[in-house]
Amino acid sequence: MATIAPTLLFDDVRPGDTLPELRYDVSATTVVLGALAARDWRPMHHDHDFAVNRNGTRDIFLNTPNQAAWFERYLTDWTGPHGRLGRVTFRMLGSVFPGDTMALNGIVEGTEVDASGCGFASVAVTLSVDGDTKTTCAARIALPRRTDDNPWARRGDQWQPSPVSA
Amino acid sequence: MTDTDLLARALEMVGVEQYPEISEFPVERGYIWTSCASVENGNPLYWDDEVAGALTGGPIAPPTMVSVWFRPHSWAPGRAEVALPLQVHFDLKALFGLPEAVMSDNSIEFHTPVRLGDVLRTHQVLRSISDDKTTKLGTGRFWVIEVVYANQDGDLVAVESYTGFGYRRTTDGSGR
Repeated sequence: MATIAPTLLFDDVRPGDTLPELRYDVSATTVVLGALAARDWRPMHHDHDFAVNRNGTRDIFLNTPNQAAWFERYLTDWTGPHGRLGRVTFRMLGSVFPGDTMALNGIVEGTEVDASGCGFASVAVTLSVDGDTKTTCAARIALPRRTDDNPWARRGDQWQPSPVSA
Repeated sequence: MTDTDLLARALEMVGVEQYPEISEFPVERGYIWTSCASVENGNPLYWDDEVAGALTGGPIAPPTMVSVWFRPHSWAPGRAEVALPLQVHFDLKALFGLPEAVMSDNSIEFHTPVRLGDVLRTHQVLRSISDDKTTKLGTGRFWVIEVVYANQDGDLVAVESYTGFGYRRTTDGSGR
């Protein structure tokens, strides 16, 4: 079996570290592709008339599961494939529409080694358009502590995706 | 039925396991690639079997896809009504007569990885329901619904929590 070197180790991460910004021009195709990839057939994610005249929104808009996929991609672009998501919490404050350029930014809010020895980073990610925050995401993601550590190998009590006090 | 009666009926659902379901199809790679493509996710865990073999003991699905495996087909033979995901959400809309709804918060805790061929199971639990609230979208109620996912071996896969807002429009909003 091949050995894959970690991209990012737990000890290389400090509170206050920022993640590289990701910018993306959202089109109607982005919205529709994201909705269909998530098997979300609801019309506000593909039918402009329904979105405007029934939902009262400006246009069709990114759905929740697709935003989750965007946040996951953003986080694992940073961690590499060893990064294992424990928990994500999203708050949708506004919609993302075709024509928007969305920007994802992240900052490490804390690091923690849990009782089982697993290293986690807590990262606050924002998705914004023209400086206006549309969605916030609080993520807890496990990182390898050594080059031979692999958070994905953890099972049972060795994997605690949420802080024990949560 | 008065608002108080409706709320009492909704509160009876709080904490009750509802809608146990088995996914309509096994976890498969086409959707994994379509999802990754939709957000340009190049994580080699999902594209390179050697990496997946080394790190996760074989291919897995991106964790945030967990709800994808339960959204029903848009049509199926013999199905008389459109099947809806997160049925408790739609039950509450109907109960309170709220024509529109959006999701505001979504939290997911990830446990055992989802693997190709898994046939997942789920159930829904209403956790809370608010009094009447007015937002820029309209007037209605917030509710929190928990969705629990497990695999065919009974291993817990994920616990997801949605906050929904069912409402009646009062002005043109910018939407969510």
